[in-house]
Amino acid sequence: MSRDNNIAVDIQNVTKMYGDVTALKGVSLDIRDNEFFTLLGPSGCGKTTLLRVIAGFEEISNGAIILYGQNIANLMPNERPVNTVFQQYALFPHMNVTENVMFGLLRLGQDRANAKTRVGEVLELVQLSDFADRMPSQLSGGQQQRVALARALAPSPKVLLLDEPLSALDLKLRQAVRLELQQIQNQTGITFIFVTHDQEEALTMSDRIAVIESGQVQQVGSAREIYEAPKNKFVADFIGKTNLLDVSVTDLARGKGSCILPGGVQITCPAAEGAHAGSGHLSVRPERITITALGKGLVQGTVARHIYLGTDLHVEVNLVEGGHVTVRMQNSTQIQIPKVGQLVCLDFEPNFARLLVD
Amino acid sequence: MMSEKNLDLRYFTGFLPLTLLCLFLLYAPLIVVMVYSFNDSNSITRWDTVSLRWYYDVFYGLEAPKFKAAAINSISIAIMAATSATIIATLAATAMLRAGRFKGKSFSFALINLPLMVPEIVTAVATLIFFSAIGFTTGYLTILIAHIVFCIPFAYLPIAARMEGIEGVYEQVAQDLYATRLQAFRLILMPLMAPGILSGFLLAFIISLDDFIITNFVKGAGIETLPTAIFGAVKQGIKPNIMAISTLLLVVSVGFVALSYFVGQMGEKANPTTKPKGD
Repeated sequence: MSRDNNIAVDIQNVTKMYGDVTALKGVSLDIRDNEFFTLLGPSGCGKTTLLRVIAGFEEISNGAIILYGQNIANLMPNERPVNTVFQQYALFPHMNVTENVMFGLLRLGQDRANAKTRVGEVLELVQLSDFADRMPSQLSGGQQQRVALARALAPSPKVLLLDEPLSALDLKLRQAVRLELQQIQNQTGITFIFVTHDQEEALTMSDRIAVIESGQVQQVGSAREIYEAPKNKFVADFIGKTNLLDVSVTDLARGKGSCILPGGVQITCPAAEGAHAGSGHLSVRPERITITALGKGLVQGTVARHIYLGTDLHVEVNLVEGGHVTVRMQNSTQIQIPKVGQLVCLDFEPNFARLLVD
Repeated sequence: MMSEKNLDLRYFTGFLPLTLLCLFLLYAPLIVVMVYSFNDSNSITRWDTVSLRWYYDVFYGLEAPKFKAAAINSISIAIMAATSATIIATLAATAMLRAGRFKGKSFSFALINLPLMVPEIVTAVATLIFFSAIGFTTGYLTILIAHIVFCIPFAYLPIAARMEGIEGVYEQVAQDLYATRLQAFRLILMPLMAPGILSGFLLAFIISLDDFIITNFVKGAGIETLPTAIFGAVKQGIKPNIMAISTLLLVVSVGFVALSYFVGQMGEKANPTTKPKGD
């Protein structure tokens, strides 16, 4: 994907208060030009508030929002060159598809003939050319979602904001639309800021992801970075599934740390910035762990139960020293699955584990 | 074991006779008036033959000019009062439902709807005292002003109900798409509001057309609306033409109320729901 280092949106120390409640606590983010940027977090974390702040629907209590060099923090929503795809789509029910998509163009002062040409282009982009004369009530959820996208794209915004646009679609459709959204982002070169609570959505679509929790940015990075090198316990736990082992950290140097595992084995593995000696957490992804013969692994435990997931099988193991670990195995006939109650050893490559800050 | 069916109110002893009695008490007087309005007789109680004599009398008889003038007053006042009340009610609803939270919101709500609860005779007396206190000569204008005022809550109710059903996100989308707040109101909120506004107008119209008590107090001498003209005529004894004119007024009222209802229903069906349909 082509990209330069121009900053599309520079969010500087933005704070948003609702009375005594702080929705955003000094959020700072650089969103690059032509980037598919995702705001990811659990519900109530402030990600939608941040999007609405950029769109202009919420006034900020403090900070600045610089859009291509211009501070837009004090502009009305209609004065900001950004458009939004709303979660509920909210197509104007008294207008047909063409009129809906044309709305923004006419407000910008385009004449009807030019606007109509542009509407044709964007409807083609979202593959709805045949539905130009339909009313919103005659469209399915997926089609409505595309009209909402076309309507927001038509005025060629500098930045497109998407507020959980896929959450109302069923699983199959959601997966198809994900790919389409990525393609459209590529074709148009518009910067996308995408809000979601669905980590799979975030991982598959984004150039970069900002993980948000309690109104604060926890980590910004590519999908691989936040999955492989989470900064803290929250990110490790929220992105994907992870096992957190209680360990005692003995030594830290240059991004590496030594720790003693439950059961006494000492390993050296990567450590997150800010990790300190003493008791800590070691994050190990379920797919990085293998079940080995007794006496060969790093920790020991008994199989508590199996969870069947179709392509995968999760094996939950209770450690001898307390705590439990989930091991992800492929559901293949070649792999021997330990029985419930069996004593097993677990092994993993220390390089793929990570010492975390709480 | 008792089945659920037997617990239904319909199976209680005396349900049917009681229902019929209620319906009879409600509608028998109206039906009598309607039927006897087609009576050919000079008497209001003795049936003769079916004729349209008294309808002819309403339009071309001795008292026709009086009723005609009263009808013109009634209708012109109803149109102007309903129009003004609808505009004021629409603005009030917009302020109440689209201005976010503000100080004194529930007080304002009470203020708008209190006239519905105040006994009409109190409003009538108060309005009359108010007009004489500020030195207004009673007449057409005082009737119009009084009607505008008491029509506002009636126009407000369907309009506010409709506006409450329209989520604020539509106006946000419009603003996001470069519409000013005024354009968002004019191009998005108003068309979606249309059924509620029409319904409010029709209700206000019929309330104004039917009003007697307040009108009678503030009208002054020499001017009549249809209800006061009918009352005046009845004081000198009920003639069959009163039945004809009452029937006409009833038909107009029922027609408007039905129209208001169906417009409301129509709006309900086309209710913009933001909940997307499943695929």
